[in-house]
Amino acid sequence: MYDVLIIGAGVVGCAAAMELSKYKLSVCVVEKESDVCEGTSKANSAIVHAGFDAKPGTLKAKLNVQGSKMMPIFAKKLDFAYKQNGAMVLCFDKADLPKLDELKQRADLNGVDGVSVITGDEARKLEPSLTDEVCGALLAETSAIVCPFEMTLAFAESALQNGAEFKLSTKVESIEKNDNGFSVSTTNGILDAKIIINAAGVYADKIHSLVSSKPMRITPRRGEYLLMDKAAGGVVSHTVFQLPTKMGKGILVTPTVHGNLLAGPTAENIDDKEDLATTKGGLDEVKAKGALSVKNIPFGKVITSFSGLRAVGDTGDFIIRESDVKGFIDAAAIESPGLSSAPAIAEYLCGIVAKLMPLEKKENYIDTRKGVTHFNSLSENEQNELIKKDPSYGKIVCRCETITEGEILDAINRPLGATTLDGVKRRTRAGMGRCQAGFCSPTTMALIAEKLGIKIEDVRKNGVYAERRQDHE
Amino acid sequence: MTKELTCICCPMGCPLKAEVDEKGNVLSVTGNTCIRGENYAKTELVAPVRIVTTTAKTKSGKPVPVKTKEAVPKSKIFDVVKEIKETSVDLPVKMGDVIVRNTADTGVDVVATRSAE
Amino acid sequence: MNEFDLIIIGGGPAGMAAAVSAKKAGIDDLLILERDSVLGGILNQCIHNGFGLHTFKEELTGPEYAEKYADMVREQQIPFELETMVLAVEKLAGSNKKAVTVISSMRGVQTLYAKAVILAMGCRERPRGALNIPGSRPQGVYTAGTAQKLVNIEGAKLGREVVILGSGDIGLIMARRMTLEGAHVAAVAELMPYSSGLKRNIVQCLDDYGIPLLLSHTVVDIKGKDKLEGVYIAKVDEKNQPIKGTEEYYPCDTLLLSCGLIPENELTVGAGVEIDPRTNGAIVNESLETNIEGVFSCGNVLHVHDLVDFVSEESARAGENAAKYILKGSDHSGKVLAVKAENGVRYTVPSKINTVNLSELNHIRFRVTGVYKNVSIVVRSGETELLRKRSQILVPSEMVDLILKKDKFDGLNDDISVFIEEVGQ
Repeated sequence: MYDVLIIGAGVVGCAAAMELSKYKLSVCVVEKESDVCEGTSKANSAIVHAGFDAKPGTLKAKLNVQGSKMMPIFAKKLDFAYKQNGAMVLCFDKADLPKLDELKQRADLNGVDGVSVITGDEARKLEPSLTDEVCGALLAETSAIVCPFEMTLAFAESALQNGAEFKLSTKVESIEKNDNGFSVSTTNGILDAKIIINAAGVYADKIHSLVSSKPMRITPRRGEYLLMDKAAGGVVSHTVFQLPTKMGKGILVTPTVHGNLLAGPTAENIDDKEDLATTKGGLDEVKAKGALSVKNIPFGKVITSFSGLRAVGDTGDFIIRESDVKGFIDAAAIESPGLSSAPAIAEYLCGIVAKLMPLEKKENYIDTRKGVTHFNSLSENEQNELIKKDPSYGKIVCRCETITEGEILDAINRPLGATTLDGVKRRTRAGMGRCQAGFCSPTTMALIAEKLGIKIEDVRKNGVYAERRQDHE
Repeated sequence: MTKELTCICCPMGCPLKAEVDEKGNVLSVTGNTCIRGENYAKTELVAPVRIVTTTAKTKSGKPVPVKTKEAVPKSKIFDVVKEIKETSVDLPVKMGDVIVRNTADTGVDVVATRSAE
Repeated sequence: MNEFDLIIIGGGPAGMAAAVSAKKAGIDDLLILERDSVLGGILNQCIHNGFGLHTFKEELTGPEYAEKYADMVREQQIPFELETMVLAVEKLAGSNKKAVTVISSMRGVQTLYAKAVILAMGCRERPRGALNIPGSRPQGVYTAGTAQKLVNIEGAKLGREVVILGSGDIGLIMARRMTLEGAHVAAVAELMPYSSGLKRNIVQCLDDYGIPLLLSHTVVDIKGKDKLEGVYIAKVDEKNQPIKGTEEYYPCDTLLLSCGLIPENELTVGAGVEIDPRTNGAIVNESLETNIEGVFSCGNVLHVHDLVDFVSEESARAGENAAKYILKGSDHSGKVLAVKAENGVRYTVPSKINTVNLSELNHIRFRVTGVYKNVSIVVRSGETELLRKRSQILVPSEMVDLILKKDKFDGLNDDISVFIEEVGQ
């Protein structure tokens, strides 16, 4: 019997596990995929929003601003990439300039510091690649970029080292409410828990309806993106948003925390909760809208396109509350700014749990975590020390991103280690470069095959291995 | 009757024209740059042959590349491949070592094309 | 200890040929740096035959060609280091020395110095992302060369039902290879109205096995969530845009992409070498020397070749010229003529010639911009025609190699143009 069972190992589920692992509780996270961060959390804009966009008084506004302030502290303690690069919202039509002032007022009401309205010329002075059509902008200095995989992994590993359990490749099939709490049937057996946190992303409505008769509806909203080579990464330094234009809702152009350039997303409500396809129309839209903001975006340097699904609810706000069923807590409709809000959502969830059971702090809580060593970011001396200790750090596997065999072995062997090519890629960036794993995937596949004791052709790009339980304690 | 074909003897890929009589005998070949083109057309139209290349398994888990030492009848390609697939190569092996003798009764040997330990 | 006359980056066919010829020309203090665990580069996975007709006067498979060259490297006691990756190349200010930063388990991260450097890093495949094919991103989509490595080196069994996009040689070769491995190859789709592979490969890899080549076709959608389930292939119009209503569904578990090769010049760019946007390789002169004195480039990193024999020949010249540079230094006294790609010619290598450094026989290599039938290739400088050569057919997939004797360049003052002329003009 767990005290708390969290359904979904996305950024919200993992952050909640980390927060709860500070207390003397037994916590378990179940995830239907073979890795953490496999849904909405993996494919998004990777922005820590400053918090000027959300409607004042909403949970979104409150948790975004809190989360944004917590993020740099977590990034440091838990060793994930974070950079405060600032953001701009661009205005292309003089008639729309008052909208910038409205955003500024929202920022003030939401308690966001460092926000100002600037002219088009001032904006171009900060970002010389902006188009001549830009006639004004909102500047938000506290906006930042992160690596969402590293961040989710960091939360998960932190939770794991503080005693939370993870059951991956474990799909929840039904939930029974009983006197003691809940009995949850999964593809990995029955799990009992006093409290359930539903952090199932686009599937939160399905999980909710397993226990509650009150309706909830989550619509997957697909967003398509183009990711460009690091050679294009310097085109802008700020994250550049748009006010809505005649072409509809705007898209952003931003550097990523690893130095690539990202443009997107589109916004299209779809029915299929798994449909991550990109479309010609969508990618064309990204290109056309991107060109409004930034001159000469090098779309010839696109290294990959992808799409992500946002979990959109029908209230306009996050749904984070104990449901009509006692002990069953929803953390649903976590669309943008969900990534930015995640640590604050976790605290908020902890508060709800605290009302249901007494929380007592652990004495031996470890509040730091060390990620996979990124060889390329070390000094030459540190690199040589590392190679001396472990010669596998002297073997480059991914040449585009300079990723060593040592890093890949670490990603595979560490707790909650990678079992798929995508898992290795997200932990190390091997295969994330301009050749998109053309050269390194055979080697990475061989290393995974050896660890799992399977044939090389059975190594998966992503997804769940049949007959392979993945419990991590 | 004129038959047209592309020479595969070298990367030039000469477009060949062959005059063929009713019995299928090749009377003349044009379009070739060298004698190999003429020989190719004569063989190709009567009894086409190919060098077969593939890999054979070894105990190390990694395969070793092999080829038929000479060209074999085109109709025998899949028989040759099947026979090679049924063979396990002992290591170490040297480039040129015979892996299968007289493969698929063609009179041609299969040899390793890389040394491996 | 870390100082060399010559460092060669890459131990594939280009690097080995350059090393062997530099050694012959009198350079003993040289080193080959190879990132893989064996010499030979991409040849090791090219297990098919068709190599070596020029170089060894016999038809060899890729591994045989590689092993013969590697044997020469060993016989001539040319030092090489494996599993060693070059991180940066830099010309030192105020000196002719070049700093080469390497990493290996043995050396750690270290900087080596050389009088001359030969860049022979080869090329990589254009990945799916760069092709902008819409659809999902399931397991089962590989570039043809990655699939070739998985099948031929790692011994992996890839798929049962295969579609190939792009008719580059590796794609054609893999069509046959997958067939021999027991798979069914449904089609090879090619965006252009002509194949980008060699004609002989269409005959012996596709026609032999009844595999259809769909010219002016492309993949417009990829289906399958976790694993590839199928692709839609559509016809394209003369602007290479898919024609609505022509889409056809091909169920498949494997999609191979053979859509072009890109010279791998990140190190080159980092060193400050000028790049030709037409080849994505370095701009070089008659000696295959880049704008940085003593830095040479050859093989697929300079421009993508179709034939390894041409790579070996070109790289041997780079090795010889590097030796000459090390032993005698540079001679800038001659006249510099630009070599210009004009009508029908996409690029030339070299793109400039210093007349004082010409050899007895000089190569100009180029590719045409489209398919040309019954034309003349012309090389001209002002009013002087250096060469005129009839050709039945010229296609972009086949590199043209012109050889000009030194005396042809005597007294030339004007830049050199290379172009295609309709016969009868």
